[in-house]
Amino acid sequence: MLAFLNHVINGISLGSVYAIIALGYTMVYGIAKMLNFAHGDVIMVGAYICFFAVASYGLHPILGVLLAMLVCTILGMVIERLAYKPLRQAPSLAVLITAIGMSYFLQNSAQLMWGTNQKMFPAIFGKTPFSFGGITISVTTVVTIIACVVIMLALTWFTGNTKMGKAMRACSEDKAAAQLMGINVNTTISITFAIGSALAAVAGVLLCSAYPNLVPTTGSMPGIKAFTAAVFGGIGSIPGALLGGVLLGVIEIMAKAYISTQLSDAIVFAVLIIVLLVKPTGLLGKKIREKV
Amino acid sequence: MKKFLTIALALVLALGCLAGCGEPATSSTSGDAAATAFKIGGTGPLTGGAAIYGTAVANAAKIAVEEINAKGGIQFELRYEDDAHDAEKAVNAYNILKDWGMQIFMGSVTSAPGVATSAEANADNIFFLTPSGSSTDVLGGVADPLTGTVSIPRKSNVFQICFTDPNQGLASAQYIADKALGQKIAVIYKNDDVYSTGIYNSFAAKAAELNLNIVSTTTFTTDSQTDFSVQIAAAKDAGADLIFLPMYYDAASLILTQADAIGYAPKFFGVDGMDGILAVEGFDTALAEGVMLLTPFAADAEDEATQNFVAKYEAAYGETPNQFAADAYDTVYAIAAALEKAGATPDMTASQLCDVLVAQFTSADFAVDGLTGAGMTWSATGEVSKAPKGMMIQDGKYVSMD
Repeated sequence: MLAFLNHVINGISLGSVYAIIALGYTMVYGIAKMLNFAHGDVIMVGAYICFFAVASYGLHPILGVLLAMLVCTILGMVIERLAYKPLRQAPSLAVLITAIGMSYFLQNSAQLMWGTNQKMFPAIFGKTPFSFGGITISVTTVVTIIACVVIMLALTWFTGNTKMGKAMRACSEDKAAAQLMGINVNTTISITFAIGSALAAVAGVLLCSAYPNLVPTTGSMPGIKAFTAAVFGGIGSIPGALLGGVLLGVIEIMAKAYISTQLSDAIVFAVLIIVLLVKPTGLLGKKIREKV
Repeated sequence: MKKFLTIALALVLALGCLAGCGEPATSSTSGDAAATAFKIGGTGPLTGGAAIYGTAVANAAKIAVEEINAKGGIQFELRYEDDAHDAEKAVNAYNILKDWGMQIFMGSVTSAPGVATSAEANADNIFFLTPSGSSTDVLGGVADPLTGTVSIPRKSNVFQICFTDPNQGLASAQYIADKALGQKIAVIYKNDDVYSTGIYNSFAAKAAELNLNIVSTTTFTTDSQTDFSVQIAAAKDAGADLIFLPMYYDAASLILTQADAIGYAPKFFGVDGMDGILAVEGFDTALAEGVMLLTPFAADAEDEATQNFVAKYEAAYGETPNQFAADAYDTVYAIAAALEKAGATPDMTASQLCDVLVAQFTSADFAVDGLTGAGMTWSATGEVSKAPKGMMIQDGKYVSMD
């Protein structure tokens, strides 16, 4: 029973990292209707910025995170302006391929700038885990879960209640109509990317605090898994990203612990396929009827 | 007019392209009559996750070449190309080296690229001696310990300086049994990696033979190489007092960190891929304290040859050389010894040199004293015969356990 509880906690811990990355994916997809595959690599950039700020320049971790958020926000907006904006009218496949290209561009630039040797991310939240009655939870897990919930609530409130949030939802439903109503679609999408990239920086720091192996490809696999989580929960849905991420983490750890460490990924993706067969829009996805 | 210009430009471009491609190809196949130095090439991960190995090999090979050239006898020209630990890039790198006119190939530093480049070198009949590509698939002709079938035929011109993976597994099991290091043993290995599974399979077979008590066996893949909580929990719940880690240091460093995070401190036993863990930037070396590994090279050895090499390496590159560096140093010296013994000259073609070198390496009276072993000999299978040393990390340094 104790072992089971520990596995659940490990699952939530892994899942909350997926969830925080998935929030960024789903935010950008929901509003700009594009899959930003470079999101995982913006995460990596955020983690490197924080690593250098804390480990090399001795800044306070909070300043490190803020600096990473600032750099990633600017990076996200620059990427959007240079790579995606000129393709706003292009077929979605062209944008998708550009995003994949951007992902490789960021990875290889990071290799050139920061080298390829593995770096161990410092334990910025401390090492002493909370433990009660045989169950241990690391501080990073607690911080990640809290950050996830706070970010999810904040995003839900932001898109529901502010003027910019309303503009975002309008763009998401129909860009042309939104423009006719006097909404600046370009600015709205730029701001979406800025928010998504700032989230990526936070996700990068949390990912590397939990799993401190920092290399230029650090963001790519968690990025794919988080994308899976976003689809699982219903892409475009903000609470769905959180739910999908946590479930994916728990399923992965349970599959490893009770079925087979060799088959865990196969099981995770089999569950995904089954869910999508039964509920094609994901767990919390909205049903949108295509108008002909 | 515009059309004419376009066509003319296209023609110029096409011609330039052809000229560019044609030039190096001519010099690659035939021997150079005026050549005074043997052209040695190699591929290795100079970038990417395994870059510590590639740079160590390239650096040490450079030291060995400079030493040999300074003696005035045999002269070498060395060139290393980056393969980023990727089989496809390694074959491209190999082709670049061939265009450069490479006569002798130091192979690829890591196993997966080595399997690909050794097949190419075998087809081209270019001599292949890898410092560290330890999979038996690099050599070919070795039966799988589980199924007993030979999937890749023997590549007769391919040799290794390092132990093969199965030999590392066998030696590790033997060492753990001889020194009674663990009563309950857990194994974590990477089941999508030829290096890790190769060691694991022979380790498991030997452990069964020696009645070692393996209480937990778990795996991970490249894609799941972040979270080890389940694997570590499985070992802990089974009461393991020793964890065998046949893998590279990048994953091992995470396992050490995560085991420490839950307050679990068994003994850890690694293989040569563990070498390099102390060089990871930001890694808390206290976590690696007491980690044991089997490796043929000890940088703290007292003999003159080792001390000379370590001093030169430290002076040139600012860090203590690892086992891969020593293997590379031995590789260059082994090639030099064979060339000297055979009386080969740099004007011979790659194919002629290959035949001469294969004859030397398989002959009974050819032995090399190197940093990684005295009296190293090779059999027709391409495997080296030498003795491993047990090492332990103490105070952030590798210390011999024997």
